[in-house]
Amino acid sequence: MDLSPILISLKTASAAIAVTFLLGLFVASWIVKMKSEKTKMVLDGILTLPMVLPPTVVGFFLLIIFGVNRPIGKFLLDFMSVKIVFSWAATVIAAVVIAFPLMYRSARGAFEQVDQNLIMAARTLGMSETRIFWRIVMPLALPGVAAGAILSFARGLGEFGATAMIAGNIANKTRTLPLAIYAEVAAGNMQTAAYYVIVVLVISFIVVVSTNYFATKERKYIK
Amino acid sequence: MGLLVDIKKRIKDFTLDVAFETYGDYIGILGASGCGKSMTLKCISGIETPDEGRIVLNGKVLFDHVKKINLKPQERNIGYLFQNYALFPHMTVEENIGIGLSCSKTEKEEKVSGMIASFHLQGMEKKYPNQLSGGQQQRVALARCIAYRPDVLLLDEPFSALDSHLKEQLQTEVLELLKLYHGEVLMVTHSRDEAYRFCKNLVIIDKGSSVLFGDTKGIFEQPRLLAAARLTGCKNISECEVMSPQRISAVDWDITLETEKTVPEKTKYVGIRAHEFEMIDADRAKEEKNTLKCRVSNIVEDVFEYNIFLENKILYKVKKVEWDSIKDKENLYLKIPEDSILLLEKQK
Repeated sequence: MDLSPILISLKTASAAIAVTFLLGLFVASWIVKMKSEKTKMVLDGILTLPMVLPPTVVGFFLLIIFGVNRPIGKFLLDFMSVKIVFSWAATVIAAVVIAFPLMYRSARGAFEQVDQNLIMAARTLGMSETRIFWRIVMPLALPGVAAGAILSFARGLGEFGATAMIAGNIANKTRTLPLAIYAEVAAGNMQTAAYYVIVVLVISFIVVVSTNYFATKERKYIK
Repeated sequence: MGLLVDIKKRIKDFTLDVAFETYGDYIGILGASGCGKSMTLKCISGIETPDEGRIVLNGKVLFDHVKKINLKPQERNIGYLFQNYALFPHMTVEENIGIGLSCSKTEKEEKVSGMIASFHLQGMEKKYPNQLSGGQQQRVALARCIAYRPDVLLLDEPFSALDSHLKEQLQTEVLELLKLYHGEVLMVTHSRDEAYRFCKNLVIIDKGSSVLFGDTKGIFEQPRLLAAARLTGCKNISECEVMSPQRISAVDWDITLETEKTVPEKTKYVGIRAHEFEMIDADRAKEEKNTLKCRVSNIVEDVFEYNIFLENKILYKVKKVEWDSIKDKENLYLKIPEDSILLLEKQK
């Protein structure tokens, strides 16, 4: 059995979750602070869209953005000699875009549940907004944020449609586990496919269990 | 030393319009629930922004809509004790008290342990807020505010979250602890007892507007306004007609009252506190003025007194001993002492 899909998948999912996590936190805290309810709603819609769209549609848009004959893709290629499509980076981009809504929504929900009085109290105590975020909001929102991060990781690991469109299915380069399973089944190698399936099953199960663990983990300050 | 507040803010159902000025004393803001008391405190502390007006604390302009000044809460140095205390649930008592202090670590530890000692919180340093009783939580919250050395301390309904049997004791305790704080205290309450006990001066807020500002005892003695009379606990209020400069007719009770002082023309209501009637016998009632004869319609027993509801809807509160000593418990002769007639105007 070729181990490269497992390694590529773990690498992709890890890189993707690092980006998704920070981006999700940043965008969620920005949206939560936003005053206008209308702008909030519209932006929330746009940010959540990748979660409800078919991944192939997301892949289509990514191709339009990063394709070598498109402005951004051309710019990256001509001036930075970076070709995104059909590269390993493309698998990461696809995973980030698809998994982002999960992270963003979980973080936003967790932030919004933090008692506003606590934040106001912190302000009257002279704490800066940054300090309030790290000392008050984050610790209290942590269970929700952690659950969101784990779910995003799992979603990134399982990404197929958008990855296939923008990164292709190049063995040893962009062939992640879901693509490998598809390729093996297509080639009639059910047994190899089954190995990959078992790997995905195990990782996903660990992920779901650890989400539950974070959700119900006893905290000293909660009765 | 002093706080000047003169702000307007549109809120859903009404417009908050509060103006008062203080000089370093204990000030109470007395008003019914939902009249904008807490909003006033939030505007002073900078959590909410008024639409227009000015807030000046000890000469420092905190808010001025004309000059476009609006300091952040962090820059105002105002202590705010929240109604539910707003202790950080994930921090221990000592972390909660120390969080607002910006100084070296050793200095911080010193200050925190000092606060813990003065607020009788020894042994609870490592506990989380949910492991404390209501009174202890309140002390932690107060210590947290005071450790930060604010220029003014705002207390938002400080005793409303406590059981009634704890309240009395804690009020005395808090009064004692507040002595550790040398600065202005502004307290919001809907309880006339708290207002009377704690505050030297009172601001009365009615439907968002500050209608009266003055010395607490003076306001309780002569509320002048209908809203103030209600908030200071006057149970008997009747519409009235001014018949001559020294005679008024209380419409709802169907009696005429004579006064020695001249009745202000704008008087629209008359109030009499339920405790202030004097029970007299029938003979005396014929000689004296401002007496009334009335039948008892209902009696409700309290712990130390009876609430006597009379047929003309007047409520008379009488000590048990006094009530037990009279024979005729159906027909009463009551004298209304001159001092206890509260002449009230409807609006400022």
